[in-house]
Amino acid sequence: MAERSWSLGGALRGLFTTPVVDDEMWDDLEAALIGADFGPDLTDEILDHLRSEVDRLRITDPADVKRLLRETIEERLAAHDPTLRLSERPAVVLVVGVNGVGKTTTIGKFAKFLTGYQRSVVVGAADTFRAAAVDQLATWAERAGAGVVRPQQQGQDPASVAYQTVERAIADGTDIAIIDTAGRLQTKAGLMDELAKVRRVVEKLAPIAEVLLVLDGTTGQNGVAQAQAFIEHAGVTGLVITKLDGSAKGGFVLRVQQQTGIPIKLIGQGEGIGDLTGFTPHVFAQSLVP
Amino acid sequence: MATFGTLSDRLTQTFSALRTKGKLSPADVDGTVREIRRALLDADVALPVVKDFTGRVRERALGDEVNKALNPAQQVVKIVNDELVTILGGEQRRLQFAKSGPTVIMLAGLQGAGKTTLAGKLAKWLKNDGHTPMLVAADLQRPNAVQQLQVVGEQAGASVYAPEPGNGVGDPVRVAKDAMKVARDKQHDVVIVDTAGRLGVDAELMKQAASIRKAVDPDEVLFVIDAMIGQDAVATAQAFQEGVDFTGVVLSKLDGDARGGAALSVASVTGRPIMFASTGEGLDDFEPFHPDRMASRILDLGDILTLIEQAQKAFDEDQARKTAEKFATDSFTLEDFLEQMQQLKNMGSIKGMLGMLPGARGMKEQLDNFDESELTRTEAIIRSMTPAERRMPKLLNGSRRLRIAKGSGTTVTEVNQLVMRFEQAAKMMKTVAKGGMPQIPGMGPLGMGGGPGARSARKAAKKKGKAGSRSGNPAKRAAEEAAKAQGGSAGGAATGSGFGLGGGGAAGNQAPSAEELEALQKFLGR
Repeated sequence: MAERSWSLGGALRGLFTTPVVDDEMWDDLEAALIGADFGPDLTDEILDHLRSEVDRLRITDPADVKRLLRETIEERLAAHDPTLRLSERPAVVLVVGVNGVGKTTTIGKFAKFLTGYQRSVVVGAADTFRAAAVDQLATWAERAGAGVVRPQQQGQDPASVAYQTVERAIADGTDIAIIDTAGRLQTKAGLMDELAKVRRVVEKLAPIAEVLLVLDGTTGQNGVAQAQAFIEHAGVTGLVITKLDGSAKGGFVLRVQQQTGIPIKLIGQGEGIGDLTGFTPHVFAQSLVP
Repeated sequence: MATFGTLSDRLTQTFSALRTKGKLSPADVDGTVREIRRALLDADVALPVVKDFTGRVRERALGDEVNKALNPAQQVVKIVNDELVTILGGEQRRLQFAKSGPTVIMLAGLQGAGKTTLAGKLAKWLKNDGHTPMLVAADLQRPNAVQQLQVVGEQAGASVYAPEPGNGVGDPVRVAKDAMKVARDKQHDVVIVDTAGRLGVDAELMKQAASIRKAVDPDEVLFVIDAMIGQDAVATAQAFQEGVDFTGVVLSKLDGDARGGAALSVASVTGRPIMFASTGEGLDDFEPFHPDRMASRILDLGDILTLIEQAQKAFDEDQARKTAEKFATDSFTLEDFLEQMQQLKNMGSIKGMLGMLPGARGMKEQLDNFDESELTRTEAIIRSMTPAERRMPKLLNGSRRLRIAKGSGTTVTEVNQLVMRFEQAAKMMKTVAKGGMPQIPGMGPLGMGGGPGARSARKAAKKKGKAGSRSGNPAKRAAEEAAKAQGGSAGGAATGSGFGLGGGGAAGNQAPSAEELEALQKFLGR
C-alpha cells in the first residue's frame, strides 16, 4: 500500500535513523504517538512495553524498535474480529454516531460496497431531524443503486421510519436494510433514549445484525466517551472510522477498541462512493508505521 | 463517560502531601507541571502547545508569586487559568462589519464541522440584531447541502441565494461572485457564504476556497472547527490559515462533553481569536465565545457562569422570590413544587447542569446514577392529584393515595414517599429561607431562594434515602430521612468549598462574574 497521508510516516521520519536507541528517540516517539491521538495513557503503555522489550531483547538498532512498534500496534488492533456479520435475511444494519462524522456518506458507500457484491440493499432515512438529510441519503442511495424508504411526513418518529424500512425489506425479500439515524451528541440523554427505542422497535420485526458506530478520524480523546455512550444505549457491534484521508492519524481508535472491546469494521477515506474498505489490522498498522 | 482524573483532582492529590509545607520545591513544581501536561493532553490540546504552555507555567510557578502566596497550590491553578485565558484571546472579539456595501462572512472548515448549521445560526443571530443577512450556497459538493442551507435559511428567516443545484454540479467560485451582485441589488447588508467541507491536505479544494475568498473579498473568514477534534487540530488549522487565511474561529459542538482542547491549539498556533461557540442543534444555540469560561472548562473548574445564565433564563426571578416567601410563610404547596419542577426541566438536563458545578466531575458516579425519569414520575403523581389535594397534602388518606397511585401508574409506596419528601423539603426550605441557604459558590447573591442548588442537594438526598435501608418505625424513619437530607445538603456544600481548589477557581471565576452578570442583565433586560 502506498504511504498514506494519515500515516505516522511524517512524524516518524528521521526518528529511527539515529544509529542508537537513545533518550531523544524515545522522546520523539512519544511526541509522534501523542500527535497521532493515541492519548497520554495509551502512549505510556506502548512506550513502557517497547522499553521492556528493548531491554529484554537487547535491541540497539532503532529500526528494530520501529518494527516492534508496528507489531505492537498490529497485535493490539488484531485482538478483535473485524468481520461484518450480515448472514440474517434481511440483515438489519443500524448506523449511529455524533453529528457530522459522516454517517450518511458512510451509508452511501456501504450500500455501494454491498451492491457491488450483488446484494440487494434498502436504506431507511430515519434521520428526520437534520434539514435535507433525507434527500442527501436518497442521492447516495440512487448512486449506489439501493432502494430508499423516506419518512411519510416531516419530523416523523425515526423509529417508525426504521420499522417501515425493515418491513419493506422483508416484504421485498431485500438482503440488507441499512438505517440512517440522526447525529446526536452522546451527552443528550433524550436523544440517546430515542436510539434505544429505534432498536427496540426494529427488533420486533427482525434481529439487528450490526449496529455500526461511525467515528470521525479527526476526533481526539472524546472518541472514547462517544463509543462508551453509544455502546450503552445502542448496543454497538462495530466501529467505522471516517475521514482518514486527511492529516489525522486516528490513533484514538486503538484506545476505543481496547477499552470497549468493539472491533473496527470499516474504514472510510474519501468522498467518492468507492472510498470505503474493510478493516485489516495488518494493513492499518503497516500504513500507520511504514 | 470517560474516567479521566481531572486536572483539579490530580492537583489536589499532588498537593495533599504538601499542605503543611507552604513552600514549593522545584521538584514539587515539576510534578505538578507533569500533571498539567497530562490533563491538557487528555483534553486534546496539541503537544507543541502543551510543551510551550507547561514551560511558561513552570517558570511562573517557580517564581516569587507562588512562594509568597498563602496557598501555593491554588496559586498554581490560578497561573494556569491566567495563561489559558491569555492564549484563548483574553477578551472576545466582535464581528467586523464593512464600512460600505454588504459585509461578507465566509465559512470554511473540515467536513462535518457544522458549517451549514452555523450559517443558519449566524443568520438568525444577525437578523435579531437588525441586519438583513443573505445566505449563499457555495457548497456544491456534498449531496443536498444546498437544500439543507435552504431549509436552515428558511428557519432563520433569511433569504438564500442558491442558483446551482449542487451535488457536484456548478462552480462555487462563480456562485460566490454572482452572489455579491445579487446582495447589492437586493440591499442585503450581510452576506454569509457557506462553502464545502474540505480537508487541510486537499490542495485542489484549498485552492478553490482561496479562489472563493478572492472572489468575494470577505470582511470575516470564519474557520469552523469541531470541539471534539484531536491533535490534528493544529495541522488542519495551519492548512486553513495558509489556504484561506481565516480571521476568526468558531468552535462547534461544544454541548458535548469534549473538553475542547482544540480551542487552545488553534488559538495558540494561528493567533486568531475564537469568536463564537455553537452549543446545540437549535438555531438559537449559538453564543459569543468567552475565553475565561473555556479555560475553566479545559481545567474542569466548572462553568458557573453558564450555569447561572441558564438558571436565569429558566427561572423567573419574581417567581423565585414568591417561592421563597411561600417557604418562609409555610404556604408552599405541591402545586408550587410541580411548577418548580417544570422550571427545572426547562433548564435542560439536570445531569448536564450538575456537571457544570466545579468539581462535579468528581461526582461522576453519582451523576451517572441519577435517574432523570424520577422527575417525570414525581410529576405524574402530582398531576394525578386534585387541585385541593395539591394545596392540602393533609387531605391525602389511604383511598385517595390508592387512586393517585393508580392514576399515575405508580404504587402507593411511591406516593407516600413523595408526600413525605415534600413535607420534609418544605420544612427544610422553611429553615433555609429564614436563615439563608446552603451556599453553592456563585449562587449566593442571585436571590434565587429555592434555586437549583438547593434543589439538586435535595434531589441527591432523595436518591441516597432510597438506596439505604429504612427503619420500619415511621417516626424513626422520618428522622433518618431527615438526617440523610441534612447529610445530602451538607455534602453538596462540601463539594463546593471542600473542593480544595475552590478558592483559586472561584477567584478566577468571580472576578469577571460581576461585570459578566451586569452585561447579562442588560442583555436580558433588552
